Amino acid sequence: MSVEEIAEAMYKMVAESQGQKKLKPMDLTKAMLVVFEGKTDKKTCKAAIKELVNSGRCVYTYFGGSFIEIPHREGAAND
Amino acid sequence: MAEATYKTPKLDELEKGPWPSFVTEIKMAAKKSPMANDLLGQLEKSYTEKIGFWKHGGIVGVMGYGGGVIGRYSQLPKEFPGVSHFHTMRINQPAGWFYTSAALRKLCDIWEPRGSGLTNMHGSTGDIVFLGTTTDQLEPVFEELAKVDFDIGGSGSDVRTPSCCCGMARCEWACYDTMGACYDFTQTFQDELHRPAFPYKFKFKFSGCPNDCVASIARSDMSIIGTWRDEIQVDHDEVKKYADGGLDIVDDVIVNCPGKCMKWDGNKLDIDNSSCRHCMHCINAMPKALAPGKDRGACILLGAKAPIVEGALLSSVLIPFIKMEPPYQEIKDIVERIWDIWGEEGKARERIGEFIQRVGLGNFLEAIELEPVAEMVAHPRENPYVFYEDYYEEGDEDEEEEEENE
Repeated sequence: MSVEEIAEAMYKMVAESQGQKKLKPMDLTKAMLVVFEGKTDKKTCKAAIKELVNSGRCVYTYFGGSFIEIPHREGAAND
Repeated sequence: MAEATYKTPKLDELEKGPWPSFVTEIKMAAKKSPMANDLLGQLEKSYTEKIGFWKHGGIVGVMGYGGGVIGRYSQLPKEFPGVSHFHTMRINQPAGWFYTSAALRKLCDIWEPRGSGLTNMHGSTGDIVFLGTTTDQLEPVFEELAKVDFDIGGSGSDVRTPSCCCGMARCEWACYDTMGACYDFTQTFQDELHRPAFPYKFKFKFSGCPNDCVASIARSDMSIIGTWRDEIQVDHDEVKKYADGGLDIVDDVIVNCPGKCMKWDGNKLDIDNSSCRHCMHCINAMPKALAPGKDRGACILLGAKAPIVEGALLSSVLIPFIKMEPPYQEIKDIVERIWDIWGEEGKARERIGEFIQRVGLGNFLEAIELEPVAEMVAHPRENPYVFYEDYYEEGDEDEEEEEENE
């Protein structure tokens, strides 16, 4: 599978869990390796995460650990 | 120009005495920075009310990166508008912390108009720390830094900015090129430095000799400490000069040797190198007479951490000796295998040292394909993590059970 396809599947997963569960990059990678068993690998998943973040569709966030989320206004932010 | 508008009797106490004071520095910055001025106000209020008024931001950063910016917002933005946003930026320091004054001026010229002007040279990670800026200034600062060949460092669950002692640049004890290795690892692991993918942080620190000036054994997940595997170099004439000059070689050197491997008959120093613990004490005591051996490399240790989630750990030996020659591929391959197993099996916020304690060193070594060696044992009979299956033959267990039943 291509990097773009994996990135799309990851994006869906992040969007579905937004506000309910924060996902770490490794959570996404592990999920992709299960869903697309034998059709993808860790290297492609890593590239897919890079693609998602570089395109601005997802951002890294930090709350005691690093997570991948859809960009949003954080609760702590001041105007 | 901002005027200092806050009375700060509590902070003023921290200016007393002969020591440098961060309060003095903030007051100087406050003369021209409204942000630094409001920082004084909020800090004084915190000292008075004994409450911290910072909120931790989790999203701010620069495009594409997942580390290097630590979000901070004031809980009192109306009272102290200058610090409504007060994000910290970590900037990757040059190896060994060597700068030209021109480079320092460039950094200050970037930071003063775009932030508080306050810096911390350096943070405990080793980074240059830019203290306090607004969200809209993060990208411009990043762009300006890139133009003068600086990059943002690590934060969050990534490789933290590697750091090293000044090594061969200034120190005769350096057993390998710490600055070269630090720079090489920083470049190799750029992806891991900027894109957090681990259960928690991972730190490399490079020390040139067992004096461990960057305290890598206590502060880094992977400590790479210079050492030697042949004999300590001895200049007997210089040893005699130390003795003649008043150094009590028995009391000041021999008695303090942890390996008890030295003898002094009043004329000649004998060292049993097979019992030497490479502690550097004798070399530090008589630097003109003794020096590390000529066959130099590094000892690699794993697992140190400060007490954040769980208690503090010192790192312990993973590879007793390895030659440190670029491109350090053997070490990098081991690092990748360590990250593979830790990334897959590590719990959230679990450092590598804690992970090893949880899964057991025997299992960990098997996963990273490293043979156990005696040097990995911290103390005899304390961590018997290797099960010597080879010592058992088929039927032994049945015999043991029978004996127990008898």
